[in-house]
Amino acid sequence: MKHRAGAGLRTLVLLPVLGLVILITAAASLAVGYAALPLDQAFADAIAGRASLPALVLLELRLPRALLGALVGFSLGMAGAAMQGLMRNPLAEPGVVGISSAAALGAVAAFYSGLSATVALALPLGGIAGALSATLVLFVLLGRGASTMTLILAGVALNSFAGAATALALNLAPNPYAALEIVFWLMGSLADRSMSHVWLVLPLMLAGWLLMASTAPALDALSLGEETAASLGFDLTWLLARLIGGAALAVGSAVAVTGAIGFVGLVVPHLLRPLVGHRPGKLLVASGLGGAILVLAADLGVRLAPVRPELKLGVVTALIGAPFLFALVQRLRREAL
Amino acid sequence: MAIVAQGISVSLSGRCVLNAADVTLQPGEMLGIVGPNGAGKTTLLRVLAGLLKPDQGSVRYDGSSARELGRRALARRVAFLAQDGATAWSLCVEAVVGLGRLPHRPPFGGESEADRAAVANAMALCDVAAFAGRTFGTLSGGEGRRVLLARALAVEAAYLLADEPLAGLDPGHQLDTLQRLRSVAAEGAGVAVVLHDLSLAARFCDRLLLLDRGRRIADGAPGEVLGDQLLADVFGVTALRGQRDGTPFLLPWQTINQKGSPHDGA
Repeated sequence: MKHRAGAGLRTLVLLPVLGLVILITAAASLAVGYAALPLDQAFADAIAGRASLPALVLLELRLPRALLGALVGFSLGMAGAAMQGLMRNPLAEPGVVGISSAAALGAVAAFYSGLSATVALALPLGGIAGALSATLVLFVLLGRGASTMTLILAGVALNSFAGAATALALNLAPNPYAALEIVFWLMGSLADRSMSHVWLVLPLMLAGWLLMASTAPALDALSLGEETAASLGFDLTWLLARLIGGAALAVGSAVAVTGAIGFVGLVVPHLLRPLVGHRPGKLLVASGLGGAILVLAADLGVRLAPVRPELKLGVVTALIGAPFLFALVQRLRREAL
Repeated sequence: MAIVAQGISVSLSGRCVLNAADVTLQPGEMLGIVGPNGAGKTTLLRVLAGLLKPDQGSVRYDGSSARELGRRALARRVAFLAQDGATAWSLCVEAVVGLGRLPHRPPFGGESEADRAAVANAMALCDVAAFAGRTFGTLSGGEGRRVLLARALAVEAAYLLADEPLAGLDPGHQLDTLQRLRSVAAEGAGVAVVLHDLSLAARFCDRLLLLDRGRRIADGAPGEVLGDQLLADVFGVTALRGQRDGTPFLLPWQTINQKGSPHDGA
């Protein structure tokens, strides 16, 4: 009985605590940058509507960076929890159905075609187009009654196709600088994004989050197997459609604005799972909040690390994430014994 | 008031699994579904649970079709206990039992007082309240099955369909499970259970449905259904019969080879 009360309390406290940590990391993200920024003056000017330099730095550089960090992290964390719940496998991640690599391919295509040089926001729009095309393929499969296993296989196919096409773009790059630019973009970064990026992805991400959050009871039921979940009134095809649609909207737009940021969707759900009593439904929002913290913190690390050129965000999250993955493998191995 | 299935035919991957089978499940009765391997027992149960749409035939739940009821209403009326008894995550016992309340929960809603009462009641019925906080994966096979039965009972459905609830259980837990299912039926629910053990089926069920190769061979009191002729025709076995405290029992004893003469099965 004591145990249960403890678990309930922990879950109750978890979300506010995670929210508080997000606020702290976001505030730190506003305060940290390459140029010293008198924050009090910046805020005063920004609120008063004075277009002073500090206000511009705050509103045009720091704020979109912090906001995008939180949005992208939330999307990745939540989608990771959703995919793990769906596949009933702690090693699933948002990219497992091929949406993120398709989004990356879309952005690379915008790069390669030269659209990104002439059209503002061509990169994120290309990325979103890529994610939507992949979703379309998956939905066509679903319409024919695909199971989770078919989806994973389709994801493998989509991932390898998008990977090959991205490599092709690199291979045929007109000059080494273009190739380097593509490679750097793929590594993921929050640098030099503007509020127009935020406005572009915010509605898509919100819709994606809602779709994924609506599957929480179905994911809980699914922990007893597909048959029992169906007997509890949950339609598997409808669940798959909502999850893929939601993940495509959230992760597709995340990749479209920041490039590929790995490991967040894999590691965060795993870290937070014990804190929500291992319930896949409750993990969704918690994992989103945790993802936002991880991306914001990693982006702080990027700016604080005395390394030039700036480290890429995807590199840092992978460097943090890989040891966690090793620990996960160790624990799974112990549980299997 | 009953689940009435008529003329159920199902083909899976081109093979006819059920052929115009009829079955009725009344409230308050315990129906055993028996038959040799591949007779279509599990398929019939899945059709009754609304998990599988039959190619032909209809299932009506207290007069309404599954479509008229809707998924959630059907899930509240019919509980299904799957044969496979695993959970994917390290959920605690109380959380597993609580999953039975999902069909009652409004979207984005939390657990209500009725939910908590139903979970507590189901855990008490299945004698699992003592380890409510333990992780499901750490339980023994028998304890785990009791938890999953409690999960099905937490639905508080009018009908409970259990697919081979005895598989993998020791004799004590087998008897225990059947006693519990009987008491569920005594409380007024209709219970249909797929069984392989003919002795236990004859002893604990009010009525038996005998299937063979997708057809309904017999439907009635255990004594009539498990007569010597049908045992020989359908299962290819002879049975020992006896009485204990006025209750008849039977024990499958020997297989009959194709020429019709018994040979030693033991």
